[in-house]
Amino acid sequence: MKTIMVASWLAMLMSICLAAKDSCVTCHQGLEGVQSDPVRKFTNDIHHRHGFSCADCHGGDPQRDDADAAMSPARGFRGKIPRTAVPQLCARCHSDASLMHKYNPRQRVDQLAQYLTSNHGKRLAAGDTAVANCVDCHGVHDIRTTKDPLSPVHPLRLPETCARCHSDTARMEKYKISPTVLADYQTSVHWRALADRGDLSAPSCASCHGNHGAAPPHVGEVAAVCGTCHVMMEDLYRGSPHKPIFDGMGVAGCVACHENHAVIHPTPELLNSESGICANCHDAESAGGQTAAGMAELIGELSSQIDRSKAILDRARRSGMEVSPALLRQTEAQEQLVKARVAVHAFRVDAVGAPVQEGLAITRETYTAGLSALEELDRRRTGLLFSLAAISLTILGLWLWIRNFERNERSLNAPGASSGSGDSLGG
Amino acid sequence: MEVSARVSAVKQWLDERLGLEPVREFLAHKTVPKHSSTIWYYFGGITLFLFGVQVATGMLLLLYYRPTSTEAYESVQFIVAEVQFGWLIRSIHSWSANLMMLTAFIHMFSVVFLHAYRRPREVTWLSGIALLGLTMAFGFSGYLLPWNTTSFFATRIGTDVAASMPFIGEALARFLRGGDDIGGATLTRFFGFHVAILPGITTALILVHLALVQRHGISTPLRVERQHRGAGAQVAQLPFVPNFLVRELMAWYGTLGVLGCLAALFPWELGDKADPFAPAPAGIRPEWYFLAPFYTLKLIPSHVWGIEGQVLGLLGFGLLAAWWVTLPFWAAARDGALRVRLVTGAGVALIAYLATFSFLGYTR
Repeated sequence: MKTIMVASWLAMLMSICLAAKDSCVTCHQGLEGVQSDPVRKFTNDIHHRHGFSCADCHGGDPQRDDADAAMSPARGFRGKIPRTAVPQLCARCHSDASLMHKYNPRQRVDQLAQYLTSNHGKRLAAGDTAVANCVDCHGVHDIRTTKDPLSPVHPLRLPETCARCHSDTARMEKYKISPTVLADYQTSVHWRALADRGDLSAPSCASCHGNHGAAPPHVGEVAAVCGTCHVMMEDLYRGSPHKPIFDGMGVAGCVACHENHAVIHPTPELLNSESGICANCHDAESAGGQTAAGMAELIGELSSQIDRSKAILDRARRSGMEVSPALLRQTEAQEQLVKARVAVHAFRVDAVGAPVQEGLAITRETYTAGLSALEELDRRRTGLLFSLAAISLTILGLWLWIRNFERNERSLNAPGASSGSGDSLGG
Repeated sequence: MEVSARVSAVKQWLDERLGLEPVREFLAHKTVPKHSSTIWYYFGGITLFLFGVQVATGMLLLLYYRPTSTEAYESVQFIVAEVQFGWLIRSIHSWSANLMMLTAFIHMFSVVFLHAYRRPREVTWLSGIALLGLTMAFGFSGYLLPWNTTSFFATRIGTDVAASMPFIGEALARFLRGGDDIGGATLTRFFGFHVAILPGITTALILVHLALVQRHGISTPLRVERQHRGAGAQVAQLPFVPNFLVRELMAWYGTLGVLGCLAALFPWELGDKADPFAPAPAGIRPEWYFLAPFYTLKLIPSHVWGIEGQVLGLLGFGLLAAWWVTLPFWAAARDGALRVRLVTGAGVALIAYLATFSFLGYTR
């Protein structure tokens, strides 16, 4: 019985030792430079954390101490993976739904299928090895989850990762792609939301172009792409007179006014019939120009009325008046302004007019509330003046009375009299 | 019948039934020492007046205030925005609370610097210090009642500090909060303290304090007493009625004027409704009279000699408070002589500490 137990223990120990053995790591960590880099980096890799080893990608037999035996093609050693073979290699696991389920049940398994539809995938299939494959974006040997801020595909780092190729003028020249996309994007409202506000849901490259299936949206698809976030704008644009015209001209709807990468903050100035974006196509006197001017005027009026009532309410609040119900109501006017700005995408004055009129009615209420608060403040100050006058008069009266009282008291006390209680402050 | 005859008849009628003659006799002979520091005597009366203002405005606020976490803020908002003169009542209540704290401190330090705590007025001093503590408790409990963001998080900080007290901290914090954290139960509890328990105890203690002042008379400053004793003269006296009383009334009217100005020109802000799930806003701090200890606790490192910094700070404050409360006992040497310089120095040092740390706590 004792012998069986000892044998079992020894067997278990041997199996642990064999399982832990990895001659790839043992040899490469003793080498220098690029030969040891993979070992050093791999400790941070998500695959390492899940128990994968070098041999799972590169093949070979890590149980062998002899380098030739360990890296023998007969034992499946593949060595450095050719760039054209990388997507298929990764897809061995990442397209296997049942395998991926073990590690992340929500992980998608269509990356390769998507990649093959992308411009990158198509060109790689055609033998162009300069295009991006999995490792160019995700890294190699230190692959991290997309939620890891150190991952090159983390939302905050993705634009710069794409720009490693897309800002390379020499590389992009071949594909006739502008190398200024990152610089343009970094002037946009989207980048400001992402970088300045830290809003990770703000759009970056993959939000519009797709990630694994990355491709530029076609002219007719742009509104749909923008519409994934800007739903109302897309709906209004599709029903607007601009849609068939832009489609006929082969102009991408949203991009025509807002740019693609350098999407700047839209202001009423965009609608200016002289200097705004509308003036590119519409004369000020034309119907289109007048529509733009009408919409700009309505939005400008609501905006200025909101500012006016906000100013008076702020003044009242700073003076200590309770105007929070009016301030709350004021947010509804702000909502109407947002609706009016959205309604611009219908390109009709009446569509913008409806929310503007509602907003103006609210600002009239809030302005009146602010005005009433300030009038009340004036009444309070007037009341304070009267109260202070009454208080001062009472104090003066008391002072005169006590002075008179003490004077009489002193005159009653003859000089030299020994009255203990007759001594007073007035003495 | 002439008016004076009618008044005499009413007096006689009241005397027969209420026995007011001894009271009139007492007041006719009651005097107050008259000297260059007499002005400091008025601050006790002003503090009492402000307590009266607190009670009166507090009762008016009670007509509309609702002590639940869902209604408290809205009810104060209603008082301020809708109720006729509600803004004035609420503002006067808040400002008079702060002025009362200020005048109570002035009264206490005037007692220290005039050495009015000396024998036989040790118990008067103790009752006064207890009243100051109750005034602070009024401030702490009342601060939460509007249920706004500042008061919510300041109370959380305050009860967290209480929780870090050794041995009894957790139990004390739980007792104050009515649970593990600030919530509706805390508000109801604080309301109970603020409008029932504290006013009851305070009123009783004020009566004790006033009775002791009557029992021992108003103290003459040591300096004045020595000067007159040297010259073989009596300290001049001011009749309480009407001479001192009228001047006190003038001071009360003046205080009322200041209160009116503060309430009308700087109405007490209501702020935003407390959101227990929101993070504490930056720069949250307690009321000014808690700023010095608050800032001191902030300065103490997390651990000192292996002891938790906050615990060490609280122990320090406990010792400081005990030392201050027992002032009349260590102020007198074994031979009965008063350690005037030591007490004056301690008073100056305490004022310097409170002023400096309150300023730093407010600005940083």
